[in-house]
Amino acid sequence: MFEGPIQDLIDELSRLPGIGPKSAQRLAFYMVKAPAQDARRLAEAIVAAKEGVRFCRDCFSVSEGELCRICRDPGRDPEVICVVEESKDQAAVEKAGVIKGRYHVLGGAISPLEGIGPDDLRVQELLDRVGRNGVREVILATNPNLEGNATAMYVAALLKPLGVRVTRLASGLPVGGDLEYADEVTLGQALEGRREM
Amino acid sequence: MPLYKEQGLVLRSVKLGEADKIVTILTQGSGKVRAVAKGIRKTHSKFGARLEPFTHVTLLMYRGRNLDIVTQAEIITPFQRLRASFDLITAGETMLEAVDKVAEEHERNVRLFMLLLAGLRGLDAGPVDAAAVAESFVLKLLSLSGFHPSLAGCAGCGAPGPHQWFAAGQGGVVCPDCAESDAGRVSAPAVAWLDALQHMDLAGAGDMTPAREVRREARAMLYGFAEYHLDRRMRSFALLARQPDPVLAP
Repeated sequence: MFEGPIQDLIDELSRLPGIGPKSAQRLAFYMVKAPAQDARRLAEAIVAAKEGVRFCRDCFSVSEGELCRICRDPGRDPEVICVVEESKDQAAVEKAGVIKGRYHVLGGAISPLEGIGPDDLRVQELLDRVGRNGVREVILATNPNLEGNATAMYVAALLKPLGVRVTRLASGLPVGGDLEYADEVTLGQALEGRREM
Repeated sequence: MPLYKEQGLVLRSVKLGEADKIVTILTQGSGKVRAVAKGIRKTHSKFGARLEPFTHVTLLMYRGRNLDIVTQAEIITPFQRLRASFDLITAGETMLEAVDKVAEEHERNVRLFMLLLAGLRGLDAGPVDAAAVAESFVLKLLSLSGFHPSLAGCAGCGAPGPHQWFAAGQGGVVCPDCAESDAGRVSAPAVAWLDALQHMDLAGAGDMTPAREVRREARAMLYGFAEYHLDRRMRSFALLARQPDPVLAP
């Protein structure tokens, strides 16, 4: 459609997730018009992220160095591990500010339909970590969907013989929701997990 | 008719964009339908757990050009017990994958729908041997799709059995005269086990357990036969083949 570098930029941008040809064109023209240092800063940030981001040796979350910020922090309880599917989930749990322990990123969830089995996840690494560090509790914070639950059941079955306390995130009604719109599965789980007041 | 009502079983869902999913549903009257459920990944979504795989739902949908759009969903059966065990989920996903591979979009197939419903009910009843229920289901699905494996008489000439050769491409067990070069030798107990699976009621299929080697041999025959005739690789067979494994017990 266009010539030379601008078309190259549009082609590259449109390969990004969620960016169609029109959005790519808009972004490309914005960058061409923007000051040169803005474009340079963006280009450098992309390269720096690609080259500088590594995976933490212990928890496999994205990290700058060999260990991530949380695994480096001596104030975080090494005896409590919160297991999540992806680094994004770790960020969400961390925002809640309740977990004082550390994390373990599995790298996905077991899904026979996608051909992802337990061997494709960092399950063995979790078991090694639990055996090595005298872990007291493992909190399974995988997604509350079929794949996440299946993964949690699988991991729990492997952890229990190690004598560690295994807990699962509660599932039920979302804060700010309306009871009348709750489905029976969610409501049933909320009732099963009810608490004394 | 842009807006229509159907009942169906949710086969799978894949993420779409920020917060949506495309759900694949085997409906009773409209065959396989792929529809967008908007906002389903948000914690406040009105769909909640209603469109998770395995769920039997009634749906209100808009007919779209490419994909339909789900506007309302109500649960008929959640199959809660099935979801509570790793082995049952693995067995159930094998059923969903096999059905997804044979079902045609917008082509009514009530018998397929009823078969899947019976299979999921069989698993939800908590069978002793979940893998046997799933394997029995796959055999019944193959028969329903026109790929009934011959396990007694020779698939080539019809000579009465028992026969000691098996060839997926020839359609089952074969006599020595008919066996082509890709036929493999099979033991009588393995063929008998497959035959038993083929005739079992899905509700009771999980109450017999064969010896480990018999099961392994029968699986090699069944999985090879299914993939040959469905002409697709079945991803869930890899996990199903691990059962029964004591580590995975609930």
